[in-house]
Amino acid sequence: MMFGASDIGLLISSTLTYATPLIIAGMGSIMSETSGVVNIGIEGKMVIGAFSCAAASTLSGSPWIGLFIAILVGALFGLLHALACITFKADQTISGIAINLLAPGAAIYFCKALFDGSTQTRPVELTGKLPLVLGGVFPENSFLDFTFKNYVSVYVCLLLALCIWFLLFRTRTGLRVRAVGEHPRAAATLGVGVFRIRYFCVVLSGVLAALGGAVIPLSTVSYFFPAIISGQGFIAIAAVIFGKYKPGNTVLACLLFGFCKSLALSLGNPKFELSVSVHLLSMIPYVITLLVLLFIGKSHAPAASGKIYDSAGH
Amino acid sequence: MKFKKILAVLMTAGLLLTSFAACGGGASNSSGEGEGEASTEAEAEAEVAETISVGLVTDVGGVNDQSFNQSAWEGLQRFRADTGSKVSYIESKDESGYAPNIETFIDQGTNLIWGVGFMLGDAFAQAGLDNPDQQFALVDYAYAPEDIPNKNVTGVVFATEECSFLVGYVAGKMSETGKVGHINGIASSTMETFAVGYYAGVLTANPDVQIMGQYSNSFSDPAAGKNIANQYYADGVDIIFSAAGATGNGAIEAAKEQGKWAIGVDMDQNYIAPDNVLTSALKRVDNALYDVSTKMLNGTFEGGGTEMYNLKNDGVGYATTGDHIPADILAEVEAVKNDIIAGNLKVPATAAELEAQFPGKYDMPPVEEQ
Repeated sequence: MMFGASDIGLLISSTLTYATPLIIAGMGSIMSETSGVVNIGIEGKMVIGAFSCAAASTLSGSPWIGLFIAILVGALFGLLHALACITFKADQTISGIAINLLAPGAAIYFCKALFDGSTQTRPVELTGKLPLVLGGVFPENSFLDFTFKNYVSVYVCLLLALCIWFLLFRTRTGLRVRAVGEHPRAAATLGVGVFRIRYFCVVLSGVLAALGGAVIPLSTVSYFFPAIISGQGFIAIAAVIFGKYKPGNTVLACLLFGFCKSLALSLGNPKFELSVSVHLLSMIPYVITLLVLLFIGKSHAPAASGKIYDSAGH
Repeated sequence: MKFKKILAVLMTAGLLLTSFAACGGGASNSSGEGEGEASTEAEAEAEVAETISVGLVTDVGGVNDQSFNQSAWEGLQRFRADTGSKVSYIESKDESGYAPNIETFIDQGTNLIWGVGFMLGDAFAQAGLDNPDQQFALVDYAYAPEDIPNKNVTGVVFATEECSFLVGYVAGKMSETGKVGHINGIASSTMETFAVGYYAGVLTANPDVQIMGQYSNSFSDPAAGKNIANQYYADGVDIIFSAAGATGNGAIEAAKEQGKWAIGVDMDQNYIAPDNVLTSALKRVDNALYDVSTKMLNGTFEGGGTEMYNLKNDGVGYATTGDHIPADILAEVEAVKNDIIAGNLKVPATAAELEAQFPGKYDMPPVEEQ
């Protein structure tokens, strides 16, 4: 049996499902990296974002309150990273690792405290999830229906990437952010507030990473459980490096990753009667990544990324 | 620069503290008394029969994991209520906590030490070697006799093909489209047992039902479970059985969104989607702990073997929460269950046995064991 139109539609929507959290968290990673602060704590912030959103949504009954709480919690963890790395000049990688260790622990602790000792939150009602866009517009089970009937997060994440691109490459603030990430001292001599810019970027990075985690319990599943984020934060960082720290390329890298994962699942469907080993199918994402890497060339991180900036010149 | 040093010292201290906490094993709960009425009865009995102390070392999930650790602790709580014995647990924070937690129970003079999950296999085998007079039992592990020369570590395993067979039978009887699905986790002979039992159950119920099944290659990817389920439902499948850990949660979510049926695994998963989880293939870890602990108390327990828990001794089963299965089908399932218990119906446990019974029906990829 060959791929039908509806199978291709499903493949596209499945690709988007996978890519959405990666794109949102990836934009967070770009903001932080571009301003010169390495942020490997994306994974931890996604976990705490997923938990706080699921908990607030199920307790309040509204996905919007859930997202709002996730934004606050993400900002708090972003602030923690900013405080350690910018004000106290701690090693950025260590601070990121600390957040990756702290956040899942905190999520489970508060989950147990709020939900009778359970490590899962109660499921959010169907009506309490994010709205489905373009549902019922096209005939059911048609190619267009499968392709375009998605949770609103899918479309918002693409818009978000556009906004981040506009912010970084078409506004004065964006120019300053990039200057601070490339050469903070030069930027400072021209009167740019390096600390202020970096604080803004790192806090925004925390917010976006938390939102990347938060959309999962409001779309893919309907509750938080400890394994809900398993490596997506690191894949988002990889996608950013793969996409050469550019929003557009990063979106493509996330889509490529989602497509490969989905393709492996689709090809495993017994109706296609491909007697391919599951191990070979699960290699698809990595083989394609290696192939693409051959062609895209070297990825350059912002020059000051990871370096501690001391305004006193030490 | 001063700040940096202070921060470095603080972080080092923090890391050291967390590693100590991990060694200690964290939360511990112990109590020698039962609750409510059960305890007075139990105490009266306890004067006749001697009581024992039983300890449980959990895997990293902890006793509220909505999975095996929780089920195990429920079994021990029931054991305490019925016998007045002393039971307690220690939660392992990570793999490095297994051995120290076992050690803690040995130091407390615990009569029987339980572990949950195959991850603890090596730690228990080693503890058995080092402590020849101590009795241990571990859920989900089948030891080879040569691994346990002191005959003091018991492996407890479950006939998951039997519970999968029953939920498969329900699916075969209830499918309106004549198509059902199965989503599995990472291919292994243990996981294949679920698939084989399910296929056999569906085909026994109705040989004309078509089954779609595949491995998702993950136990922790709900998006994968959801994507596969969406594809199956689009292909006309109306019931999907997932045996894939958290990956299956995504399949249940797809059923909830589309108003289709899902079948849960291990525990009663009806609470996730009360209107859409038809039944669940249950592994009664609680019954196994209760049973082995009771044998230990009565002095009829001989350690060192592998105990098989199946339909006959209530070690596996199926859930009826939500009353979604019509009475006539339920009666048939009960009859099939009794046939299996009586030995009149042999449930295949391997792909080869299934192939012999239903030639050409099983199309899941073969398992390559190393």
